[in-house]
Amino acid sequence: MKIERIIDSLNPNERKIIPYLSEKNISEICKKTSLDKVSVLRALEYLQNKKILNLSTKKKKIIEIGVNGALYRKKGLPERRLLNLLSNKRILNLGEAQKQTRLSNDEFKASIGALKKKALIEIKNGKIFLNANKEEIAKKSLEELFIDSLPLEQESLTPEKLYSLKILQKRRGIIEIKEKKIIEIKLTELGEKITSLDIKEQDLIEQITPAILKKEQLWKGKKFRRYDVISSLPGIYGGKRHFVNQSMDYARRIWMDLGFKEMAGDFVQSSFWVFDALFTPQDHPVREMQDTFFIDKKSVLPDKKIVKAVKQSHEKGVGNSKGWNYSWDDEEAKKLVLRTHTTCLSAQTLAKLKQENLPAKFFAIGKNFRNETVDWSHGFEFHQSEGIVIDKDANFRHLLGYLKQFFKKMGFDKIRFRPGYFAYTEPSVEVDVWHKEKKVWLELGGAGMFRPEVTIPLLGKHIPVLAWGMGPDRIITDYYEIKDLRELYKNDLTKLRKMKFWIK
Amino acid sequence: MATITINKKQFEKDIGKFDEKIQERIAMFGTPIEHLAEEEIQLEIFPDRPDMLSYQGWKKSFLAFLGKKTGLKKYKINKPEKDYKIIIDSSVKNIRPYTVCAIVKGLAFDDEKIKEIVEIQEKLHVTLGRKRKKLAMGIYPLEKIKLPIKFEAREPDKIKFIPLEMERELSGLQILQRHPTGREYAPLLAGKTKFPIFIDSNKNILSMPPIINSQMTGKITEDTKDIFIECSGFDLEMLKKCLNMVVTALADMGGQIYQMTLVYGKKIITPDFKIEKMKISLENTNKLLGLNLNEKQLKKLLEKMGYNYSKGFIEIPPWRIDILHEVDLIEDVAIAYGYENFVPEIPKISTIGEEDLKEVIKRKIGEVLIGVNLLECSSYHLTNKKNQFTNMGIPKKLEKDSIEVEKSKTDYTILRKDLTHYLLKILSENVDSEYPQKIFEIGKIFSIKEEKISEMENLAVAITPGNFTEIRQILEYLSKMVNAEIKIEESEESPAHFIEGRVAELKIADKKIGSLGEIHPRILKNWKMKMPVALFEINLEEIFKRLE
Repeated sequence: MKIERIIDSLNPNERKIIPYLSEKNISEICKKTSLDKVSVLRALEYLQNKKILNLSTKKKKIIEIGVNGALYRKKGLPERRLLNLLSNKRILNLGEAQKQTRLSNDEFKASIGALKKKALIEIKNGKIFLNANKEEIAKKSLEELFIDSLPLEQESLTPEKLYSLKILQKRRGIIEIKEKKIIEIKLTELGEKITSLDIKEQDLIEQITPAILKKEQLWKGKKFRRYDVISSLPGIYGGKRHFVNQSMDYARRIWMDLGFKEMAGDFVQSSFWVFDALFTPQDHPVREMQDTFFIDKKSVLPDKKIVKAVKQSHEKGVGNSKGWNYSWDDEEAKKLVLRTHTTCLSAQTLAKLKQENLPAKFFAIGKNFRNETVDWSHGFEFHQSEGIVIDKDANFRHLLGYLKQFFKKMGFDKIRFRPGYFAYTEPSVEVDVWHKEKKVWLELGGAGMFRPEVTIPLLGKHIPVLAWGMGPDRIITDYYEIKDLRELYKNDLTKLRKMKFWIK
Repeated sequence: MATITINKKQFEKDIGKFDEKIQERIAMFGTPIEHLAEEEIQLEIFPDRPDMLSYQGWKKSFLAFLGKKTGLKKYKINKPEKDYKIIIDSSVKNIRPYTVCAIVKGLAFDDEKIKEIVEIQEKLHVTLGRKRKKLAMGIYPLEKIKLPIKFEAREPDKIKFIPLEMERELSGLQILQRHPTGREYAPLLAGKTKFPIFIDSNKNILSMPPIINSQMTGKITEDTKDIFIECSGFDLEMLKKCLNMVVTALADMGGQIYQMTLVYGKKIITPDFKIEKMKISLENTNKLLGLNLNEKQLKKLLEKMGYNYSKGFIEIPPWRIDILHEVDLIEDVAIAYGYENFVPEIPKISTIGEEDLKEVIKRKIGEVLIGVNLLECSSYHLTNKKNQFTNMGIPKKLEKDSIEVEKSKTDYTILRKDLTHYLLKILSENVDSEYPQKIFEIGKIFSIKEEKISEMENLAVAITPGNFTEIRQILEYLSKMVNAEIKIEESEESPAHFIEGRVAELKIADKKIGSLGEIHPRILKNWKMKMPVALFEINLEEIFKRLE
């Protein structure tokens, strides 16, 4: 970018600090620009974004004055106080000296030690003898000079100062070493150029305000400060439907496109609709608590005619079927369960269907339940979507035709049909779809034509019913690249905020 | 899910090269490959075909499907010899009324074969036998048994034998208490005053079905050549077919099948290979499948599925239990024809699509709320008492109205009564996420009144940090946008989780539909939350009624 453009993009604070970038110290820049630290740091950040400078942080050990040290800086070090006293008296009793200097035992001992070491005094028979001339007394010691020059960076200490540091470190509370993060400013080549120019505080328009717009002279012919339009900003997040519901609405739309009418119904259903009406024998393992959620309450069975026909269908068979050959118990059929599939809604729809409304197509989409532990690949709640076509002329090829179209709309062009097994359909089909990226067949749906043992009790006579269903959860997890099924219900708000929209 | 495991070498010896083409055939036969290992192939067997739960049974059907050995396979059955007899005592009538039996001779058992037999037996127990409840099978070395055998029931303390894998003699009751298999299946004999046993002419107990065999007379070894098989249970026809599945598998391993006479008062002879015929109509087949086959083609396809066909009738193999109706035969025709060979077609019939109106309204409500920056959540319909009651400050005595599911495998044990507690749970689990947090959920809640469970659609909205004004603004906006005319009234009796004096009752016409207010710090503390929460929950049924 041209240098002029960059200059035009400098905001007022950036302009203010540019002349002082050679200052080593941020607080120095604050002082000189009379900006607060936050503003200076932000401006530096912006300048870095504009590639005018590079910021780096270094950890540095800083030697600062300690609690006692601060006091001594005012009053003088203990040895200075003793020396001053001695400069008048020359010779003094130890006890008398301590009393007059008002030093604590430690301070007194330390000051005696310090002066003795410098050979400024001698101790004989409990008395202090001064051993120095006026000049020597007046001269500031290295330690005193060191204290005066604080704070200092440990790295930059001269050998002399290091020596003083060592001595003072042994005494309590005189100095304190702190680790600090120091921000270092290094100008880039561009920065060198810009600082060499005379950057003035210019009358650029910052944020456009209603006040500016109100008076033409406030903006006419003026320059707008250039904004940095590229660098990253803090994100915002909008309100959103839950991603599972977004995808359910999508499936719903596909069914609508194909001319299907929605079926809705309760989650708590009688075993009659979930199992018996679908020709699932009463001793089938799916009807055990191990697999299905039962609720310890009884429901009322539907119309007697249908119940009788279902009983007949199980016991002796209907329409030339042999049936399951056992004694069907209506108490078993009354047991309440959380529905294990949406097919119970299809059964209820068939029972209500009027012949004059044929052919007819229905779909359902919703939650189902199974008594299952929860881990990455299992859960006790899952979605299912299914459709039925009731048409006296329907055949197996039609079933495959609907399946092909349905899964094509779901985004799977290549599908495969295999023989399958469901208690209530014959023939039965397993639907595999080809996963383009993973290059594998995914088992995605089941389908079939309802058995006469199902249709005759519900419809009064056998009319072909094509039925198919699929588990959308697998498509959702695949679309959102979710590895763990639990995430569908986790409601992690951070993740939900970032979740993509279902774009299909 | 039932599976069979096939040794790859055995497969290639018996059937042919195990390549991609044959794998495709296996899938198209309706026995999907469940797992492939270096040496082994594992296939899934659907529950309607227990006759394929042995490799022998599967191989027989699959070879026919490939067109190699088509039609109904014939087996040589030898008539009962002297003493090949089971006397069924009337004492078993109310306990385990039926048994069917056979003898198979000339088997050469090795370790592999013994394992295979035990597996077939176990698989049939689990599937067809419903974990031995309906059916249980026993296999015994013939040389250790003195025929004829008696099937009778005795008081448990009068039954004494050494069960399999034990060293001491135990009584019938002790077996149920001390033997691991006995403990596992004890519920099947619970409450019975007598237990069934098989006992031979030397008065040795062979087994106590459906629990366990005797260690002395009920264990096959590599020295066993001839075996006695019994299959006991409740449905005589099914027992016969199950016995047929096993003896044909053994015959395919090289054994000779011998019948036995069962004396039930009247005599029955098993294994019974009487062929059952069933009608199949070419017209029905073509109509159901949308094909245009001729009779010759139909015959050929049926033969590929192991049937014999002649003049509109087929012969059902005596080991097939899944043929209840003509449609079962037609499915087999479809499988033989090949699912991949059907040309999919959509019929030209016109129907009008229609969405459930409640779904439309729910979606609209969702759209209104996301317009004011709310994030939709989705929770389980099951919850637990701690979250539903304890954390919401509801006294223990009110927990009785909860709808519990039986024997849940997780700590989600009751149906949710509201969405409020779930929204608070979500907020409490997201204290590290950016604030403000504004969430909503639309979903079913469950209630029970006089033993009747009802389901209703609710909406709940929660905001944190949030106050009364902010949450009321959201409600009023929603109410205007969907023309619901929700009235806000001073609350007479409000849910305990709100702060008194900062809660309003919500009504449509004169019907209470919910409450709105600020959540009490006591409840926030239960959820370990440090941000104020304002919330409302309403029942949507009144809104549905107005809009429908």
